Amino acid sequence: MAAGTGPLESPAQQDYEARLIQRVTAGEHEAFYELIQPYEKRLFAAAFALLRNQADAEDCAQEAVLKAFKYIRQFRSESKFSTWLIQIAVNEARKRRKKQYSNLMEPIDQDHGVEGTYSPREFADWREIPSETLERQEVREKLAEALSNIGQIYREVFVLRDMEQVSIEDTAKALGISTASVKTRLLRARLMLRDLLAPGLGGAWSRDLSLGHGVKR
Amino acid sequence: MIISCEQMWREVSDYLDGEVDPELRAAIEEHVKGCQRCTAVLDGMRNVIQLYGDERMMEVPVGFSRRLHQRLEADMSHSRRTFLGWMVAAAASLAVAGAIEVARSSVSSRPNLRSEHSRSSNRVPPDMMVIVADDGKTFHVAGCPFIHDKTRLRTIPAHQAEQEGYAPCVRCMKKYLDAA
Repeated sequence: MAAGTGPLESPAQQDYEARLIQRVTAGEHEAFYELIQPYEKRLFAAAFALLRNQADAEDCAQEAVLKAFKYIRQFRSESKFSTWLIQIAVNEARKRRKKQYSNLMEPIDQDHGVEGTYSPREFADWREIPSETLERQEVREKLAEALSNIGQIYREVFVLRDMEQVSIEDTAKALGISTASVKTRLLRARLMLRDLLAPGLGGAWSRDLSLGHGVKR
Repeated sequence: MIISCEQMWREVSDYLDGEVDPELRAAIEEHVKGCQRCTAVLDGMRNVIQLYGDERMMEVPVGFSRRLHQRLEADMSHSRRTFLGWMVAAAASLAVAGAIEVARSSVSSRPNLRSEHSRSSNRVPPDMMVIVADDGKTFHVAGCPFIHDKTRLRTIPAHQAEQEGYAPCVRCMKKYLDAA
């Protein structure tokens, strides 16, 4: 949906996308730009979170868009276009990681140990972080860094669920795992990120901020 | 039902996604009241979901969109690109304008969701993390196909969404609406 078209409820947006897809498959390629425009940023964000490198992420996002164009006729309208698109990007990112790491020892991304209880670290004083904190480049970098420090299997699930807002069922489909695995990995991802970020979130960042804006408790 | 800290740590993520049954939900809420450590875990996880779900985390490098379109254009030029094709495109852009008008009128004919909000508060678990669009009227679970314009989304607790005047989505929040 182009900016400035006014509020559109999502069913209308899906109809709108379906019509755009029809036009693209009928040979009117220019409609494709409009179709992908709302998802460009999301594709890059997902690719960046998975590949941890800007240049690779940009190339991966571009490649995913080209593939989506190439295979648009294979898109089935019973699934959501956004989910289909993100699935292509995830597959593309996975392929690249395989290539990157084919000669290196990479930690094995298995579910072993996931079933056991993860004990979150103890932080006594926790503050709610106002979302304005995100205006600061340094905070966004800290968040990206923390995300890059959790294992790939957790990162994939977290990126789809909490950044791309994909449903549990669609995340399971996109990654080829069960919904139970989605939930377990998501739990672990969120706990690990909370532990990685807690020292900053609970203390330093909000204290800095409190000088200017006051901190929500 | 009484739960331990360990159980709480296993369920906290599903709890925030609204994926636990009412009995477990009540047990978690009871446990958190008396446990500082678990309160910190819950608040911390809620913060994580909220921060990463914010649109501001979606930064792209300068010129990203332009380079993407250039590459796409080069790719498409291998495909069919005739004068007729351009004519069709021009005609279709008029059709797009028409489609937007149709979509707009269907929105304006909808009942006012804000008025429904006054009847529907207190039914959705207040701590559940939900998705709102800045210029939307309703809040949703992640992945709901009825999420409004996907370009400006935030992830916030349900009670905050209700405070900000959002009403529960009648589709994805149906179970809470029916339960009342």
